[in-house]
Amino acid sequence: METPQKDSSALTTLGRILLSFLVSIATFWGLWQVFLFLRDSDAPQLVIILVAILWGVGGVALLFVVLNWFVEQLPGEWGRKLQPFVFIGPAVAIMAWYLIIPVFRTLILSFKGPLGQEWIGTGWAIFNNYKFAFTDRIMLETFRNNLLWMVFGTALSVSFGLLVAVLADRSKFEPIYKAIIFMPMAISFVGAGVIWKFVYTYRGVGVGIQEIGLLNAIVIALGWESQPWLSLPPWNNFFLIIIMVWLQTGFAMVIISSAIKGIPDELLESARIDGATEVQAFFGITVPYIKGTLLTVTTTIVIFSLKLFDIVRVMTGGNNGTNVIANEFYLQRFTYGNTGRASAIAIILLIAVVPVIVYNLREFNKDRRAF
Amino acid sequence: MATSSLKGQKKRSSLIINGVLILICLIWLTPTLGVFITSFRDSQDIFNSGWWAVFPHKADGDIGELILEDDIDVDGQIIIEGTSATFEEWREGVVLPDGRKLTWYGNKRSRKITISEEGWVGFASNLTLDNYKDVITGKEISFTDAGGNEIIRKGNNLGGAFLNSIAVAVPATVIPILIAAFAAFGFSWLKFPGRDLFFTMIVAILVVPLQISLVPILQDYTKLDLNGTFLGIWLAHTGFGLPLATYLLFNYISTLPRELLEAAYIDGASNFTIFIRLILPLSVPALASFAIFQFLWVWNDYLVSLVFLGEKTRVITYALASIVGEKGQDWHLLTSGAFISMLLPLAVFFALQRYFVRGMLAGSVKG
Repeated sequence: METPQKDSSALTTLGRILLSFLVSIATFWGLWQVFLFLRDSDAPQLVIILVAILWGVGGVALLFVVLNWFVEQLPGEWGRKLQPFVFIGPAVAIMAWYLIIPVFRTLILSFKGPLGQEWIGTGWAIFNNYKFAFTDRIMLETFRNNLLWMVFGTALSVSFGLLVAVLADRSKFEPIYKAIIFMPMAISFVGAGVIWKFVYTYRGVGVGIQEIGLLNAIVIALGWESQPWLSLPPWNNFFLIIIMVWLQTGFAMVIISSAIKGIPDELLESARIDGATEVQAFFGITVPYIKGTLLTVTTTIVIFSLKLFDIVRVMTGGNNGTNVIANEFYLQRFTYGNTGRASAIAIILLIAVVPVIVYNLREFNKDRRAF
Repeated sequence: MATSSLKGQKKRSSLIINGVLILICLIWLTPTLGVFITSFRDSQDIFNSGWWAVFPHKADGDIGELILEDDIDVDGQIIIEGTSATFEEWREGVVLPDGRKLTWYGNKRSRKITISEEGWVGFASNLTLDNYKDVITGKEISFTDAGGNEIIRKGNNLGGAFLNSIAVAVPATVIPILIAAFAAFGFSWLKFPGRDLFFTMIVAILVVPLQISLVPILQDYTKLDLNGTFLGIWLAHTGFGLPLATYLLFNYISTLPRELLEAAYIDGASNFTIFIRLILPLSVPALASFAIFQFLWVWNDYLVSLVFLGEKTRVITYALASIVGEKGQDWHLLTSGAFISMLLPLAVFFALQRYFVRGMLAGSVKG
């Protein structure tokens, strides 16, 4: 009596699984067809864009629904075990494809030749791409420049951010000041590049030629001669660094400002009653209290300046002694077509952030929070 | 006495504080203001005077000209209107005792002298929207360059690039958030083997520079024919945005009250239903914070779109950067182009600043 019933239920289960499998396949196929349409069709741009947005956003939602439905059709035990992977699977798979596996693939490529096909050499010669990276004149220049960016860019951004945060904290118009300093965060580096290129623009000496760049106009008004600021090594690096300071001060300010708000009023009040001057209170109480935040902000901006690319690319293309590591990476891969050297440079960038990764993991293990 | 001097001191320090802040804010705003003003100026005017000339200022205005008689020797000292100077000095311009300024026009043979007088010039009135029209269109445009020559060339089609940027940025914001929200829920509420290992990995790759992925992913894209496609760039932005998104949303979702979920489980709701009906609505503040962050990041990104989209599908940063590269001196196009590229992020930014700041405070290190 029992067996046929069990059989039929097993059969329906199998049927359900098969059906849901087919539905999943059909969904994938349908989405792929739309992709082919988007890639190859000559429809008007507006149509393509609307279809693309709907397809992209809807497609992901649909995939989750179908995947979950498929797993729920599986018999009890299986479904329960697999369901968590419906939730984390896509994220983990994409991160593995885009960030984790590339670390190893780039590492292997860094020991290969320009085309990424054969090993670059045997014995010690296997390190030739790294030898290039640490001895080439241009590479050494990029290291020097990145060091300038890291030291001056970070120091200036954090100090200005701290200054504005502390001062604005005592002003009625705090939100206005902060919004203005913060605004560049919404502007792309390319846009910021145009803005500052215009400030630095140089037209040269000649009859009837007007300097239209702000910096040169100021310099002339002060009685000096106008200068081609972006082609004056090594000073041009500093003119580029100013752009980063302009962009990043807002970031530093916001984070530091929220830390300052966390300082108990009584602490500062009692220091003042004890006769401490504002400067003493600042260095004696404010700075020690927000030390952790300052460290976080500094680290973030240092990492940022390590990977800096867009500003240099747009402003000078790395010419006139302004090249940086990330731009040289781009040049090696896309201009000179040397995959091996580009990979070695990428690995060097990774190694540079390893201390931060270790720190993050240690903090995370302590209280489940990295910064 | 003591309190009033204290009050005075307070007032003074407040004055200094606001003064310093206003000065810094002016320095911060001026470069953008210059570009904004220039974007509305005539293409030739831009080269004849700095953008600050649109404000009222004192300047030389032409009031007439005179032609020297043929018998006056133009070598050596030349006497005009009772003042003696060399040709070079005349060419630079000489101010007469009565305040008029005489300037030799062109070369020696022209014998033409323009007379100008310093006076007040009001707000510039010849502002135009032509620069915006010219930079948005992909059709032929014509304008006058610095030397007064008529230039005809193809427009930069920034309008098309703007639309492409929207097609890139909207899904590249929604997709990672959705995927990350699912993952964050899984990590905080579901039990499965390898949970800690996977999550530790996410923390480890939070700050990995994305240069590490560009070379191998480009190889994959070439094989899969994904270069220049929307899907390709969405996936790339998703991949680079996911670690931070998952981490931030995990921090938020894992702190939701446990009783709420237990009640739902007892009612027999499935994980999927709980996630859609309960977790997503409750996480809106965190989702919004990250959405703004990711949207601005994608919209302003140059490197990723340069590598994976390139000329095939031009986004706004790419289009703007190519104007810089090809037409570095066409300031009327550059400034209006820069402003178009800033329009949307600035609007998003000022409308939703509060969420943006909150997202940043929660963590903002990103490859």
